[in-house]
Amino acid sequence: MKKIFALVLILALALGSFAACGGGEEQPEVTEPELTVGFIFIGPINDGGYTQAHYEGAVRMKEHFEGKVDFKYIENVNDSDTQASLTAGQNLLDQGCDVIVGASFGFMEALDQLANSGDYDDKYFLHFSGYMANETNFDNFFGSIDEARYLAGMVAGSMTESNKLGYVGAMPYTEVMIGINAYTLGAQSVNPDVEVSVVYIGSWGDPEKELAAAEQLLAEGCDIITQHSDSTGPQLAAQDAGAYAIGYNLANPAAPNAYLTAPIWHHDAYYIYAVENILAGTFKPESYYGTMATGYIALAPMSDLVPAEVQQLVEAKKAEMVAGTFAPFSGYIENADGTVLCEEGQSLDRGQIWAIGQLVKGAK
Amino acid sequence: MQSFLATCIVAGTPLLFAIIGEIITERSGSLNLGVEGMMLLGAIAGFATAMSTQNPYAALLGAGLAGAGGALIYAILTVTLRANQTVTGLTLTIFGTGVASFVGQPMLGSTVPAEVSAFFAKRAAGVLADIPYVGPILFRQDLFVYFGYIICIFSAVYLYRTRLGLNLVAVGENTAAADASGINVNLYKYTHILIGGALCGLGGAYLSIVRIPIWQVDVVAGRGWIAVALVIFASWNPLKAFFAAMLFGGLSILGLRLQAMGFSFSQYLVDMIPYLATILIVILSTRKSGKGNLGPANMSRPYFREDR
Repeated sequence: MKKIFALVLILALALGSFAACGGGEEQPEVTEPELTVGFIFIGPINDGGYTQAHYEGAVRMKEHFEGKVDFKYIENVNDSDTQASLTAGQNLLDQGCDVIVGASFGFMEALDQLANSGDYDDKYFLHFSGYMANETNFDNFFGSIDEARYLAGMVAGSMTESNKLGYVGAMPYTEVMIGINAYTLGAQSVNPDVEVSVVYIGSWGDPEKELAAAEQLLAEGCDIITQHSDSTGPQLAAQDAGAYAIGYNLANPAAPNAYLTAPIWHHDAYYIYAVENILAGTFKPESYYGTMATGYIALAPMSDLVPAEVQQLVEAKKAEMVAGTFAPFSGYIENADGTVLCEEGQSLDRGQIWAIGQLVKGAK
Repeated sequence: MQSFLATCIVAGTPLLFAIIGEIITERSGSLNLGVEGMMLLGAIAGFATAMSTQNPYAALLGAGLAGAGGALIYAILTVTLRANQTVTGLTLTIFGTGVASFVGQPMLGSTVPAEVSAFFAKRAAGVLADIPYVGPILFRQDLFVYFGYIICIFSAVYLYRTRLGLNLVAVGENTAAADASGINVNLYKYTHILIGGALCGLGGAYLSIVRIPIWQVDVVAGRGWIAVALVIFASWNPLKAFFAAMLFGGLSILGLRLQAMGFSFSQYLVDMIPYLATILIVILSTRKSGKGNLGPANMSRPYFREDR
């Protein structure tokens, strides 16, 4: 009995393996991706903000290439720890990645070292928000989020009743201040009396502090809160106080009764562009700078809380930006200390915008 | 000013729970440095329970049980096995931080269900809310804050006015004498370490459920450590703990308020204030004369009955 049972088992196993082989031959061959992109993320992919925006960009990139391109990622990499960033990059390269994307400023040093080490000359390194690059396989990318901030400012300037807007900023750093300036100029373009109060929390994201900062701004009479920080805390604080909120990074209405819109990044616009170039062999470092016209930057669809005439106004300005007939930093602009930044009829170029280093009149 | 003081109460409430929890723990002669870890355990358990049951009571219960669970590990190690209290407490903090991050990973960025948020919305406490000036500060808060007031008064009465409380103080002051007088020392230690842990867990849950209704890594952010220091500031007295908690809650948001009012300075500098103040207060309170300022005499000493 035992023998028969064993025999049956062996037969079944043998048949099973034959069947498995047969199945493999019949199925269409699984296409090996031609290219794998490895992402190093500073936060978790479901953080509802900064890292999620990058992750969703990666997902859309993969969909765009329909199986030709795949991606891997490592999340929660401490970007102030160059050694950890290097290890993460190396790890992805060992797993067969051909392109490494560092999705935070602090990964710059690690990417620079890998790109110029000589071991990875056939690999590509793309870095978000940095300034380093080389001649062949290391580039940085960023975008004109100030365009979307300007539009968000128009929404806020049109809708405020107290003429006081609250801005939760990460830290007094150029990138943040450009955003504040663009937002202020946008708001002033529709409402000259508007003032923007800024509270810096001292980090890129700390929900408790972001929320507390928004609360204090609301207590000081601000009726619309926006943010350059990673969490939805400010939106929730605004909703609790019966005020409005403008988000950041992602169209993520965590507080539906307050959410108006958000300046957002479509990182896939760059990922797809870069990967296409790499596949075609035409990649060349260029310090990519995406704009609203290239689809890298956008203002998230405005919610129903935004009146139709304000939406029209903003859409019209957006069309001008896309057409290239309007730039946020143009016309007469004065700094908070009274120095003239830009004359009537002129506009600032990218280098000049990044060199402002202070807030414009009306923001403090 | 009034609105600022009202936000100080909110910012101080998680500290209040943690300080009272640690006072009760230390009164039994156990220095539990795992406050931060127990707060995080409570925070994640409260949040996860709120997410899965949509029931605020279940969330509170879950948070308390998780905090007590962390404390149970500590109690077994230090009371029964007589391990070093300092090391065990530190380990508990690291453990709690890890568990909270691990369990919370899939919930990152999700928001507390509306039913629970509505339960913890601010509401006026009847006539008390109409007391001039003080009413809007103290009595237009959420239920969790009121619960904190009750815990504060209740634990003060318990410690100073009941036989059980006095027995507890005796255990912390002179364990051998308490044992000789017939008090079940280990039972007292276990019970109060667990109660203390449950309160710390609730403090953490206030942060994750009410204060910041979005789950995030390290929601407690060092408050547990401040609470340990503030126990000394409060000289192991639950009523003084209230003022300690509110003062430090206020210090933590003072900088943001000043910025909102238009003063500009470095937020980093302001972030140091609570910690500098903690150091200052610890120095000041240990310099004060009087026995009560040094804490329970038998604290952090493992008790061996045969050692007498």
